[in-house]
Amino acid sequence: MLDAVLLSRLQFAVASLFHFLFVPLTLGLSILTAIFETLYVKTGDEDYRRAAKFWGKLFLINFALGVVTGITLEFQFGTNWSRYSMYVGDIFGSLLAIEATLAFFLESTFIAVWHFGWKKLPPKLHALCIWLVALASNISALWILLANGWMQHPVGYTIRNGRAELESFLAVVTNPFGWMEFIHTVSGAYILAGFFVLGISAWHLLRKNEVQFFKKCFRVAAVWTMIFALFEVFNGHLHGSEVAEAQPTKLAAMESLWETKHGAPMYLLVIPDEENERNKIELFPIPGMLSMLAYHNPNATVKGLKEWPEEERPPVTLTFWSFRLMVGLGFLFAVLSILVFLKRKAPEKSPWLLRLLPWVIPLPYLACEFGWMVAEVGRQPWIVYGLMKTSKAVSPIAPIQVAVSLAAFVLVYSLLGLVDFYLLFKYARKGPGPRELEAQTSKALATN
Amino acid sequence: MEQNIFQIIWFVLWGVLWAVYFTLDGFDLGLGMLLPFVAKNDTERRIIYNAAGPFWDGNEVWLITAGGATFAAFPKAYAVMFSALYTPLLLILFSLILRGVAFEFRAKEESPVWKTIWDICLVLGSFLPALLFGVAFANFFKGLPLDWKGLMHGNTLSLLNPYGLLGGALFVLMFLVHGALWLAVKSNGALKLRAKVAAERLWVLEVLVLIVFLIATGFFTDLWANFFRYKVLLVIPALALLAFLAIPGFLAVGAYWKAWFSSALAILMTTAFGVAGLFPRLIPSSLDPAWSLTIYNSSSSPLTLKIMTAVALIFVPIVILYQAWTYKTFADKVKPEFLETEEAY
Repeated sequence: MLDAVLLSRLQFAVASLFHFLFVPLTLGLSILTAIFETLYVKTGDEDYRRAAKFWGKLFLINFALGVVTGITLEFQFGTNWSRYSMYVGDIFGSLLAIEATLAFFLESTFIAVWHFGWKKLPPKLHALCIWLVALASNISALWILLANGWMQHPVGYTIRNGRAELESFLAVVTNPFGWMEFIHTVSGAYILAGFFVLGISAWHLLRKNEVQFFKKCFRVAAVWTMIFALFEVFNGHLHGSEVAEAQPTKLAAMESLWETKHGAPMYLLVIPDEENERNKIELFPIPGMLSMLAYHNPNATVKGLKEWPEEERPPVTLTFWSFRLMVGLGFLFAVLSILVFLKRKAPEKSPWLLRLLPWVIPLPYLACEFGWMVAEVGRQPWIVYGLMKTSKAVSPIAPIQVAVSLAAFVLVYSLLGLVDFYLLFKYARKGPGPRELEAQTSKALATN
Repeated sequence: MEQNIFQIIWFVLWGVLWAVYFTLDGFDLGLGMLLPFVAKNDTERRIIYNAAGPFWDGNEVWLITAGGATFAAFPKAYAVMFSALYTPLLLILFSLILRGVAFEFRAKEESPVWKTIWDICLVLGSFLPALLFGVAFANFFKGLPLDWKGLMHGNTLSLLNPYGLLGGALFVLMFLVHGALWLAVKSNGALKLRAKVAAERLWVLEVLVLIVFLIATGFFTDLWANFFRYKVLLVIPALALLAFLAIPGFLAVGAYWKAWFSSALAILMTTAFGVAGLFPRLIPSSLDPAWSLTIYNSSSSPLTLKIMTAVALIFVPIVILYQAWTYKTFADKVKPEFLETEEAY
């Protein structure tokens, strides 16, 4: 039966997964655009100004949908999860409010100044605006991930007046889980933005279109992507250890580990069989590897899912596959980014790489979405790990209300998503605008 | 829960955030509603879009922050407000989504059908939030049928009662006048003249509805009680009225900026009137006054309120400073040659 809890969960999943199709590019492309504009201010190279404009235009098309779908998430805590909001608002609400005050104003105000201010502001001030946007969007990521980190690993609270009340603000804002999530999420976002720039640049280079221009873009993005793709493997491992400490049920589901084991191995090929509480296939073990990765000790004990009653385990199949695919893609990005880095000076000499890269663009999107599925599905049945069950958090609303709004979200979001990606394609293919001098000449010719 | 000074500070800040939101987003919501009535061709429509261009997004953040502040300072009120008003809030949300993308998407294709689709999104997406915020706030003033657990009795359609609709009409008219004045400031020629005439005519309706609303407030709510208890508060509705009445005078002498600032002050003070009348309640219960959500029974812990006060007192003034700088930087009219650039909406 479809109840308000399940429908609200589906709606939240739709709203956040859709929102996160646009967030990572905002986080990464804002910085890359800022780098291009800074290079322009420093070197006076006209191509970098055009690069800032070209990537900035794609940034804006993407940003529009990121902003408007973000409002949904703030509203939903109240509309669909009002019992949760009452119970943890003292802590969670304040993190959201701080995010809005510190980041959203800065981001929305200065993106508009940047967008409309090319002719109004001196170049340095104009470049500063896009840096403020980049800073603001990343500050926003920090606060929302501290809020999510608190749901994953609640700290600094005490139960008083029938709710969770703030005990130590310092503990909440230094929550290592939140910081690990932040680092892992923004690095992923930077990888996504890096492959976005690489893929589009490769597409144009293959067609010998604006070769000098796209080679410059390619080179910057190649260095950038490799740094974060390698860093992601490293910080992802640390984040995994943090999960092992804080959320043993999630770790067990990520690995589909049913029985508690000392010196747990890692199987390269696993197919979970959730119904029978076992794995259909377990092949190619690396002895002690799971214990090693989780606890930095090949003999450590890793708890299996059967340690917990069934109603306290997360959905295993979904968590497991999301995790495997995310990690697999992460390693792929690391390898690819090294290749790209090595070819960065003359990418046009490797047409096979140029042909491949546009097809890589969707993969980091998938990896980011899988990451969120691990984080959120793997936390179930808890909305706040160990503190509040998701089933107790929903608003006193009629299922039909949620069913209608869920249908509306699916419809409106699908249409808007199609339009947005269509426009991204269109303007990405179109390439950068003309050089200033050329623009003036063609204008003069047109008026004559 | 014990009472403390931070609950009062946050009540004031809560009111300020909503009032600033309505004052700022009011004019760009008004611009959106005016689009089909004052613009005669595509260039004029684009002037309207670009008159809101550098501002609408920053204005809307005041709503996000007002929502976030309600969540942070009065989580119980946030939870009840948003879940009890599920359907109207989602309508507002979808409106703001479609309206927001309309700005960005409209100029990205040449087809007239494409442009018309986004124009419809802008118009409806501006009208519905204006109307529904008015209906919602009038119903807060009147009180929602909340029981002792904060559950709302009665269905969503009961919000569309005469007083609620009167509030909706007032908001729509305030924003229409506000938007028309902004357009008069930002445009030239025939469009400017049409905006001026629209502002003058709509102003008559606005003042009529305002006076009916203030009188009806005496019958349907107990908002006036606070003003007669603390007579100094009467300065708020007095300023609102004065500001409203000053608009046609400024318009007559072509002082459009002053007319717009009067309208801004009028919206600010009208919202302040409602909020001051509610004190210390956030949402009164129409079933039993004892079940009202007040700043004392819905607030966060003193520690959270203290930290949030520090954050607000440091950062809100900074926000106001840089937003004011933006308004100053883009204070000039939308020029036809700007519409030729690729940045223009």
